[in-house]
Amino acid sequence: MIPYPFTYHRATSLAQAQALLGGSADAKLLAGGQTLIAAMKMRLAQPSDLIDISAIKELSFIRAEKDAIVVGAGTKHFEVATSDAVTRAIPALAELAGSIGDPAVRHKGTLGGSLANNDPAADYPAAVLALGASVKTTKQTIAADDFFTGMFATALDDGEIVTGVSFPVPERAGYAKFPNPASRYAMVGVFVAKTKDGVRVAVTGAGPCVFRVPEMEAALAKSFTSEAIAGLAVDPSDLNSDIHGSSEYRAHLVTVMAGRAVAAASHG
Amino acid sequence: MSVVSLTVNGKEVAQETEDRTLLVYFLREQLGLTGTHIGCDTSQCGACVVHVDGRAVKSCTMFAVQAAGSEVTTIEGLAKDGKLHPVQEAFRENHGLQCGFCTPGMIMTAVDMIRRIPNLDRATIRAELEGNICRCTGYHNIVSAIEDAAKRAAGDAEGKAA
Ligand SMILES: Cc1cc2nc3c(=O)[nH]c(=O)nc-3n(C[C@H](O)[C@H](O)[C@H](O)COP(=O)(O)OP(=O)(O)OC[C@H]3O[C@@H](n4cnc5c(N)ncnc54)[C@H](O)[C@@H]3O)c2cc1C
Ligand code: FES
Ligand code: FES
Repeated sequence: MIPYPFTYHRATSLAQAQALLGGSADAKLLAGGQTLIAAMKMRLAQPSDLIDISAIKELSFIRAEKDAIVVGAGTKHFEVATSDAVTRAIPALAELAGSIGDPAVRHKGTLGGSLANNDPAADYPAAVLALGASVKTTKQTIAADDFFTGMFATALDDGEIVTGVSFPVPERAGYAKFPNPASRYAMVGVFVAKTKDGVRVAVTGAGPCVFRVPEMEAALAKSFTSEAIAGLAVDPSDLNSDIHGSSEYRAHLVTVMAGRAVAAASHG
Repeated sequence: MSVVSLTVNGKEVAQETEDRTLLVYFLREQLGLTGTHIGCDTSQCGACVVHVDGRAVKSCTMFAVQAAGSEVTTIEGLAKDGKLHPVQEAFRENHGLQCGFCTPGMIMTAVDMIRRIPNLDRATIRAELEGNICRCTGYHNIVSAIEDAAKRAAGDAEGKAA
């Protein structure tokens, strides 16, 4: 499949990427290309220019700070999955990155591309929301609770580039994913994090956009065990229903995956 | 149009191509390296896996211009001096192919996983093959071939260290 024609530009600095992006109304950023190129081949996207940001060194890093792990937007999934710093501080995050797609996808796909795309079944949004991370951009810092605004929609403005994410280090965290057997995207993925401020539970794959489950968070704050949430269920009427599973099935999976995420967190 | 200069299987090449040319078409149609296959063209099957700067990637999901300045290795670049690469040899000996369509991608994925992961067991090999589909469903022998090649690579490394 051949996309519409476009002009390719390789940016070597953030400033250059911003200038190139501002130079054309229909320009788009190209990071790992693992989502955008497919969309272009299907002719669902028709950018006039592609600004390749994958060679920008200042976007590709993993830094351990006192209470946080900061990951550059251009950092590839396999780098997060195999990072000692991430594995030490937030093992569930490394595990999540290692569960995305397959090795070839992880060698190209990036954190920033995944967040900007906000696929309803993507994994990273669950970690960002459950850990209460902050998304840094060329304009501002956006709290996780404000970043994901709907299906494939985020708080990013046109021309705004995600530069990195600061993930606060939790006391415990766990991720459990029920992958779609064909695509490996999450049918349902639940990330659970316990911090000194409380417990956060984020669900991806089940609804049109990643969401939190306040009833489970309250129950887990009292008792951080799988049993504490075994009787709690989310309302299926807000969930996705498709050839892969009904909304009732997904609602059931949310409780099961949340229980497994808590169990995984308790071990770590 | 851009002139894309890169190294393919150790040889420098420079060719003019459209910016929208996917790496897999560049390799197959412009360089005549038809060992890299196109199975799905939608990033699912792994028939098009090549190495770019030492990492396995799907060449149907990358533009040729993105590889400018990089080192690309395709299935044609594995055998040296008329001798099969050990992973190719292991596929031959373990009957790791049936029709052979998926084989170039399987082998490029296998070489990459053996280099990254020490002590590969069958479960890990299967998990690592997530992005490679064999339509003949010959997975059992593919896994055996990779397991065999991994053991030989580990043996060689020990032999060299001793
Ligand atoms: C076979 C396959 C399986 C997959 N399985 C999974 C899975 O299990 N779970 C999962 O979560 N994902 C999965 N993915 C998607 C993968 O994680 C993608 O890498 C990711 O969604 C997009 O990242 P990218 O770097 O490839 O972005 P690109 O495709 O390059 O870009 C995606 C979008 O983000 C924009 N963008 C990129 N970087 C930035 C930035 N820094 N700031 C602002 N905008 C930006 C681009 O303009 C574009 O609109 C899969 C993909 C494939 C092909
Ligand atoms: S042809 Fe590239 S993954 Fe199938
Ligand atoms: S051997 Fe036929 S597709 Fe794998």
